Amino acid sequence: MRDTPRMGRDLLKVDNLEAFYGESHVLHGVTIEVAEGEVVTLLGRNGAGKTTTLKSIMGMVARRTGSVRYDGKEIIALASNVIARLGIAICPEERGIFASLSVEENMLLPPVVRPGGMTLAEIYTLFPNLAERRRSQGTKLSGGEQQMLAIGRILRTGATLLLLDEPTEGLAPVIVQKIGDVIRDLKARGFTVLLVEQNFRFAATVADRHYIMEDGRVVDMLRTEDIPANMEKLHNFLGV
Amino acid sequence: MIFELLGVPPQALFGQLLLGLINGAFYAMLSLGLAVIFGLMNVINFTHGAQYMMGAFVAWLGLKYLGVNYWLALVLAPIVVGASGIILEQLLLKRLYHLDHLYGLLLTFGLALIIEGLFRHQYGSSGQPYAIPDALKGSQNLGFMFLPNYRAWVVVGSLIFCLGTWFVIERTKLGAYLRAATENPQLVRAFGINVPRMIMLTYGFGVGLAALAGVMAAPIQQVNPLMGSNLMVVVFAVVVIGGMGSIMGSIVTGFALGVVEGLTKVFYPEASNTVIFVIMAIVLLIKPAGLFGRTR
Ligand SMILES: Nc1ncnc2c1ncn2[C@@H]1O[C@H](COP(=O)(O)OP(=O)(O)OP(=O)(O)O)[C@@H](O)[C@H]1O
Ligand SMILES: [Mg+2]
Repeated sequence: MRDTPRMGRDLLKVDNLEAFYGESHVLHGVTIEVAEGEVVTLLGRNGAGKTTTLKSIMGMVARRTGSVRYDGKEIIALASNVIARLGIAICPEERGIFASLSVEENMLLPPVVRPGGMTLAEIYTLFPNLAERRRSQGTKLSGGEQQMLAIGRILRTGATLLLLDEPTEGLAPVIVQKIGDVIRDLKARGFTVLLVEQNFRFAATVADRHYIMEDGRVVDMLRTEDIPANMEKLHNFLGV
Repeated sequence: MIFELLGVPPQALFGQLLLGLINGAFYAMLSLGLAVIFGLMNVINFTHGAQYMMGAFVAWLGLKYLGVNYWLALVLAPIVVGASGIILEQLLLKRLYHLDHLYGLLLTFGLALIIEGLFRHQYGSSGQPYAIPDALKGSQNLGFMFLPNYRAWVVVGSLIFCLGTWFVIERTKLGAYLRAATENPQLVRAFGINVPRMIMLTYGFGVGLAALAGVMAAPIQQVNPLMGSNLMVVVFAVVVIGGMGSIMGSIVTGFALGVVEGLTKVFYPEASNTVIFVIMAIVLLIKPAGLFGRTR
């Protein structure tokens, strides 16, 4: 259904991004690039600014400066509903499952913004548990199921860049493995993924490259194959 | 038999029951509009009573100067008053969303006073009569009582509008956006929905519902500038009892409290004006979020 990914062309270019919550200055010039079809992670300690980076790309932080180019187009000043319609979708850290909506209503909530998204049937094949529970209230699902719903619902929309914020946080190892499978599957389908992670061992199993963030800045970039040689550095940055 | 036991003539009982249902119909429509607005916007719309009054005035003025009949007014008044609500939202209310909802309350309260003042200045405070439309004149003999056709329409019509609103919100895609945006507007917006526009239209809709109630009230009450503020005192109590923001809660509570009020008139008339406030006090003590409310 998609063209085979042509790695190399930059789909997302974030340049010197700064972000503020009220008076507090949280991002101090973040620069990252993600090529089409690539899976890239943002690693970093709590409070490093990973979530804020994803939200700023999505237009969800009110005050932001610098440059965010998506598919060649400058989007830093656009409203988040406009950014979504260009083909970027977010799976938020707190999952954002709606309690007043059933599983299926949650699944169908994000509007289709462009052609080429997965069908509902394909998504349910990927997450069979959700199909069984489609009539349940969204927040009655287990944590793992809610996470799958939060990922599943943005696959229908035709978005090509997925921003996934710590999809493995607080989940049992089997579920983490399942989510790893899903991310590799998404890459094979041609999605481009920017993934926030705390766990670089997991990140190494799904991603091509890794940006390391500290205090609102990107302090290093590693390819997955360079991870073994840089273990000490990673331990220092991530404190694990 | 049972009536003799209770020492109440059946005509009086059914008469008050009907009156209670009619009041309940207005409580339900008005508190429903407030609930829809509050749910999405976190604004307690104190202009609601004035907008209800404006609905009645649009009907009355339309008939007087333009020959707009009742049925047309039923469509036009909500559109006209709803549009005025949208202007208000865009010019004023919108600027207050980032502040505590006390500010929205104060703004809408002040606006209500201004609007009512302008209408009083223009039309005085004596009521203007509005004739029952021809098609709804007369009444049905039910055996135990006479049921005026217009009053039957008010109860049925209001039920239809209320349940229709409930259906749209709870059972349709549009309603799913609304419910989701009530929980987390920022995320719904990040999915590509123009939430600010949705808020604007929702306010217009809630205001339109108040205007619709105003048109329906015109042939029953006199059309006068204070008709809204008198009613709203009770409606806010209804909203507190039902729980701010619950859709079905405001419909059920609206009708139920109308009936309770009617029955009190029969059995203990002295309390009929206060019974709702007594219930409100009790509910606030036992379940502060209201009977159908969720704490938020
Ligand atoms: N809504 C907010 N208002 C004010 N400050 C905030 C807000 N959200 C985050 N911050 C602050 O911004 C900084 C970066 O937070 P952010 O959530 O982006 O970090 P993170 O890397 O995602 O952390 P974690 O791994 O804990 O999710 C932190 O110091 C945090 O306290
Ligand atoms: Mg985070």
